[in-house]
Amino acid sequence: MSDVEEAITRVHHEEWARVVAALTRRFGDIDIADEAAAEAFATAVERWPADGVPPNPGAWLTTTANHKAIDRIRREKKRGDKHKEAQMVYDDDPPEPLGAIDDDRLRLIFTCCHPALAMEARLALTLRMVGGLTMPEIARGFLVQETTMGRRITRAKAKIKAARIPYRVPSAEDLPARVSGVLAVLYLVFNEGYLATGPDTDPVRHDLTAEAIRLTRLIRALMPEDGEVAGLLALMLLTEARRTARVSPSGELVRLDEQDRGAWDAALVAEGHRLVRERLAAGVAPGRYQILAAINAVHTSARDVRDTDWSQVVALYDQLVRLDPSPIIALNRAIAVAELDGPEGALAAVEGLEDKLADYHAYHATRADMLRRLGCSQKSRAAYDKAIELASNTAEIAYLTRRRDQLG
Amino acid sequence: MQYLVSVIDDKSNPGSTDRQPAISAFNERLIAEGYWVFAGGLADTTAATVIDYRGEQAVFSDGPFVESKEYLAGVWVWEAPDLDVALKLATEASKICDRKIEVRPFQ
Repeated sequence: MSDVEEAITRVHHEEWARVVAALTRRFGDIDIADEAAAEAFATAVERWPADGVPPNPGAWLTTTANHKAIDRIRREKKRGDKHKEAQMVYDDDPPEPLGAIDDDRLRLIFTCCHPALAMEARLALTLRMVGGLTMPEIARGFLVQETTMGRRITRAKAKIKAARIPYRVPSAEDLPARVSGVLAVLYLVFNEGYLATGPDTDPVRHDLTAEAIRLTRLIRALMPEDGEVAGLLALMLLTEARRTARVSPSGELVRLDEQDRGAWDAALVAEGHRLVRERLAAGVAPGRYQILAAINAVHTSARDVRDTDWSQVVALYDQLVRLDPSPIIALNRAIAVAELDGPEGALAAVEGLEDKLADYHAYHATRADMLRRLGCSQKSRAAYDKAIELASNTAEIAYLTRRRDQLG
Repeated sequence: MQYLVSVIDDKSNPGSTDRQPAISAFNERLIAEGYWVFAGGLADTTAATVIDYRGEQAVFSDGPFVESKEYLAGVWVWEAPDLDVALKLATEASKICDRKIEVRPFQ
C-alpha cells in the first residue's frame, strides 16, 4: 500500500462517522449524508494521489461532502422535489442542551440503534453509517445477498425519515435503556464475528470482531463514565485476546481449558484487565457486561487452567443470575459449578434447563461433556449427536465430532 | 408531525373493559400538553360495511375488510415533534388501555 492509500484508509477509519454525523445534522437526512460522504471519499481516492493529502483531511472531506450534498439537493429541487427543499429547513434547529455528553457521532449511533428499527436493520445501519463499511462488506459479514442487505438499509433509512426518528442523544432519563440497546447491537456484531455461523464460513470472522471493538472504543471515548460501555469493551478485548488460540490449525474449536495460554494476546488481556479494575474501583454495582468481563478477567488471570479461581467465577455467575435469570446464564453457571464441585450436582442443574434449552446446541454439548466425565458413554454419545445436529459453527462441529468419536 | 395511533384488541384475549376513566384522564392530558388532534373508539367490527365500486357496480358487503383475531378498536391522531415523543406517549397509552398500540406516521 502506498503512503497515500494508507492515509486514505486511516482517514476513512477516523473521519467517516464524523463526516456522516455532521452532514446528517446539517441536512436532516441520513441518506443524503451517507451518499455525500461516500462521494467525498471517492473524490479523495481520485485526487489525493496527485494533489497530496490535505493538511486537515477531516475538514477537507466535510467541506467536499457538504458540496456534494448541496449539489444533490439542488439537482432534486430542479426536478421540483419540494420535499427535499423542506428538509433543508428542517434541520437548522440549534442543538438542544444535552448536558455533559454531546457529539454528532453519538446522535448518529443512537439513531442507527433506535428501538423502533428491526434488530437486523440496526446492525446493518450501524456498520454502514457509523462504521463506514461498504454494502458488500456488510452483506459478506452477515452472509446475505448484497441486494437483501441493500434493501434492509434502504428501508431503515426510509423509516427514520418517514416516522421522524429523531437525531439526538436521548434524555438522561431514557439514556441507560438506550445505551444498553446500542451495546446489544455491538455485542451482536461481535458475536456474529466470534461465533460465525454457516457451513462454508471461517469459524471466526475477524473483520466483524475488529469492527465491533473499534465502534465500542469510539463509544467509550464519547461516554467514558458509563460502566457498561467499559464492561462491554473489556469483555470484547478479553474474548478477542484468545481468538487465535481458540481454533486449531486444522480448524477445530479449542476449549478454554485446552488453549495454549501463551498464544493469548497479552496486550489485549492487559487492557481488558485495566478496564475491569477501573470498574471495580468505581464501586458502583456492575451491570451484566461488567460481570461478564470480570468472569473473563478471572479466566485470563490464570496462567494455567488449574490455577483458575472457580469459586470466584461461580460467585460472579451468582451475581449475574440475579440480574439476568436467563437459562443460558444458568447453563454457564452450572459449567463453573462442575469445575468447582464436580459434575454430579452440576449435571442435575443442567438437565433442569432442558425445557428451555432443548434446541440450543450448547445445552447438549455441556450435558454430553458432563456425562462423559461421569463415565456414562452411551448417554454422552447421544447428547453429542444432538449437539452436532444443532451446532452451526464449523470449528465447534469439528470439536464435538472428535469428542464423540473418542468415547469408548 | 402527525401520527395515527391505533389501539389493537385481541378477540381471543381481550383487554380489560374498565379502562374508560383512565383513558379520559389521559385524553385530558394529551389536550393540555398539545398532542391531541383527534380520538375515537370504534364499534365492534361486525358493525362494519365494506364498499367496492372499482368495477361496474358498487358492491356492499357485511363485516370488516379483513377477518382477524386482532382488530382495530380505536384510534388517536397525535401531533408530536418526533417518533421518540410519540413512542413515549404510546407506551403509556398501551398500559392505560391495556391493549397493544401501533404508531404510524402520516405522510
